[in-house]
Amino acid sequence: MSVGREESASVGGHPGEAGLAGPPLVRMEGIVKRFPGVLANDHVDFELVPGEVHALLGENGAGKTTLMNILFGIYTPDEGRIYVRGEEVWIGSPRDAIRLGIGMVHQHFLLVDRHTVAENVALGFAESQLSPLREVRRRISEFSERYGLKVDPDAYVWQLSAGEQQRVEIIKALYAGADILILDEPTSVLTPQETRELFEVLRRMRDEGKGVIFITHKLEEVMAVADRVTVLRRGKVIGTVPASETDERSLARMMVGREVLFRLEKGEVQVGPPALEVRDLWVVGDRGLDAVRGVTMTVRRGEIYGIAGVAGNGQRELIEAIAGLRKVKSGSIHISGVDVTNKSPKVIHGMGVAHVPEERLRHGIVPNLSVAENLVLKDYDREPFSRGVLLNYEAIERNAEDLVERFEIVTPSIRTPAKLLSGGNIQRLICAREFSREPKVILAAHPTYGLDVGATESIRRLLLEERSRGAAVLLVSEDLEEVLNLSDRVGVMYGGEIVGEFRPGEVDMEEVGLMMAGVRRGGSQAAG
Amino acid sequence: MQAELISSVLWIGLRSGTPLLLATVGEIYAERSGILNLGIEGMMIIGAFTAFAVGQATSSPWLAMAAAAAAGLAASLIHAFISIHLRGNQVVSGLALTMFGLGLTSVAGGTFVGAALPREARIIPSPLSEELAAIPVIGKALFDQDPFLYLSILISVLLWFVLYKTKLGIVIRSVGENPAAADALGVNVYAVRYACTALGGALAGMAGSYITLSLRPGWVENITAGRGWIAVALTIFALWDPLKAIAGSYLFGIVEAGTYNLQPLGFSQWLLNAIPYVLTVVILVAGATETMRKKMGAPAALGVPYVRGEK
Repeated sequence: MSVGREESASVGGHPGEAGLAGPPLVRMEGIVKRFPGVLANDHVDFELVPGEVHALLGENGAGKTTLMNILFGIYTPDEGRIYVRGEEVWIGSPRDAIRLGIGMVHQHFLLVDRHTVAENVALGFAESQLSPLREVRRRISEFSERYGLKVDPDAYVWQLSAGEQQRVEIIKALYAGADILILDEPTSVLTPQETRELFEVLRRMRDEGKGVIFITHKLEEVMAVADRVTVLRRGKVIGTVPASETDERSLARMMVGREVLFRLEKGEVQVGPPALEVRDLWVVGDRGLDAVRGVTMTVRRGEIYGIAGVAGNGQRELIEAIAGLRKVKSGSIHISGVDVTNKSPKVIHGMGVAHVPEERLRHGIVPNLSVAENLVLKDYDREPFSRGVLLNYEAIERNAEDLVERFEIVTPSIRTPAKLLSGGNIQRLICAREFSREPKVILAAHPTYGLDVGATESIRRLLLEERSRGAAVLLVSEDLEEVLNLSDRVGVMYGGEIVGEFRPGEVDMEEVGLMMAGVRRGGSQAAG
Repeated sequence: MQAELISSVLWIGLRSGTPLLLATVGEIYAERSGILNLGIEGMMIIGAFTAFAVGQATSSPWLAMAAAAAAGLAASLIHAFISIHLRGNQVVSGLALTMFGLGLTSVAGGTFVGAALPREARIIPSPLSEELAAIPVIGKALFDQDPFLYLSILISVLLWFVLYKTKLGIVIRSVGENPAAADALGVNVYAVRYACTALGGALAGMAGSYITLSLRPGWVENITAGRGWIAVALTIFALWDPLKAIAGSYLFGIVEAGTYNLQPLGFSQWLLNAIPYVLTVVILVAGATETMRKKMGAPAALGVPYVRGEK
């Protein structure tokens, strides 16, 4: 504890000063990494000095994660040199990286759910064979105190929130002796409060003289926590700037290469009659426990109802129940006044319900079928796409050509297997299939998850167009900005319940964050 | 009279439960590391045959048992190689191993059929102490058994301790739950899986040897009589815990022994003989659904080959 204080005094908040004290922690020079058909890193230079939080900013596919995977030994570079603390090194595997004091917290946590925090740490680090947990518990408490990483060593991982699990991953990295810590999009699973706590932890580590690399595409986070920013675009470094000398707008321009519309124009739409009514819905989740606990909501035509909340609070089960993919335990679901509770997905689709599912590759398309076939997945058994038992490929291909053009799906041909498309184009394909039948109700689960800025913008625009057309849209997203920007009304889900309902603008982010964390219920009940 | 009967059922029950226990504990280790080995029956009968052949040749029961363990281990390596290196379907590979074992021993054992094992090659019960063995009802079952039976309990308790109380145990369980997490911390996932599968094979071989060296000293075709499948079910029944496996195995052993003694009371022998297998089917069916498995705590990565870098 006291050591940390002393170091922090000498290092101070400025990265530059610390850099003068010795060689940079990391210097990467001219890094090139090629994947089949892609130049992921194109002569990238990067530097990290002790006592700084260095943000690595860029869109999806810009090469941020590739660069850091090279630093962590998951990939080896095709060209370029890496220096750690002034010495040239070859990092051939994560073990080499760990030995050099580099730690990485991946986007997907590598934790054993059914084990306790202490067991997860002991797996890699316990020295004693016979009482591994005792020593590990003590060190975990030490780290907890020193950096503010609150976590109970004896809690099971599956009981922890995403934020707590992330803390366990950070503890693992620290345990391995890391003073270079890489975090890959660490805030994507956190509530605003957890994000603030994480930033506090990062600042403490910086003040101790450690170097933190923070991969992100969120501009406000860069401004909140970073000392310096390196912006990547299409595998190239666009520039490295001190955060204090830039702003969100110019960072966005560096990142995307053009001006970005931060807010989509959302026109006024006349709200129609209720299209989707859910009454006191109870649904059982995979673990056999109630995942949806008495949800009641109404979505009208011409309205987007957004569900905010941290993943795993019943959103997935709610959507699946409405789509007919999961059995309803009690309560009812009505589409345009007709009871569809526990009806088959096909019947529900026939009622005019479109579904943009959560895992687009697993549930949205059949990866090996062609673009044209994927576009008729839900209508292949109807005229004009089939006659008797035979498919009418002429009609199927005509339909595909039409939709590919209308929805701007970029594909080499309509006979290309759907799995070869980029994430944004796969999502546009799904939207084309689902929206072309002019559905009354649209269930959109994380529609822009993992998409780059451009694709995100186009999907959001599609949803707004559907709203204008008069569809009732139920939007589930972990991206709070997205929910607040697109929705007419927002419900916050926590523990399987809607704990608050409001219109965007009525409630501040702080309040929403507290609801998402289950701390506070309420918000003003918007008239349903 | 009644006490006599119960005493005898318990005594036979513990003996019948011993091969089940060894095979089950072995399978628990394999499955805890993520390898589903349905080849127990095959490894067991290879062990049983090896023990019989070596016992006949050397008249040394302990040598016979060691040879059976080695044979079972060797057989399990076939499954390990297919499952771990070739990433084959573990169900298919395990079933093939069972068929291989049954077929191989049927061919190789042709000349032995009906032969009895010489007395000095058998493992024979002897009381730990005359006074304790004289305790009514439970004395004979607990204190008048062979050393092999006590050894199997010792092995099970030891393996329980390793699994739950040591770092090695955390490593094994983690490999079966989330191999990527273990790999990221420098654990050699393949080595752990090979070792656990091999241990399971050695124990299945020993389990088989107990049948030919002690339980039914002789050789007939298909002498294991589906005990390997009971062990597969017991692994689930014991919730992958070696201590619970002790209780489960003896319970099944006692049920099996009890059925013989109900026969004189007018029950159909065929129906009675079927009881352990019916229980097996019930457990396997109960454990077949994804949600039940999760609830019971099946290792999350059971049956899933591990490749670094794949989700």
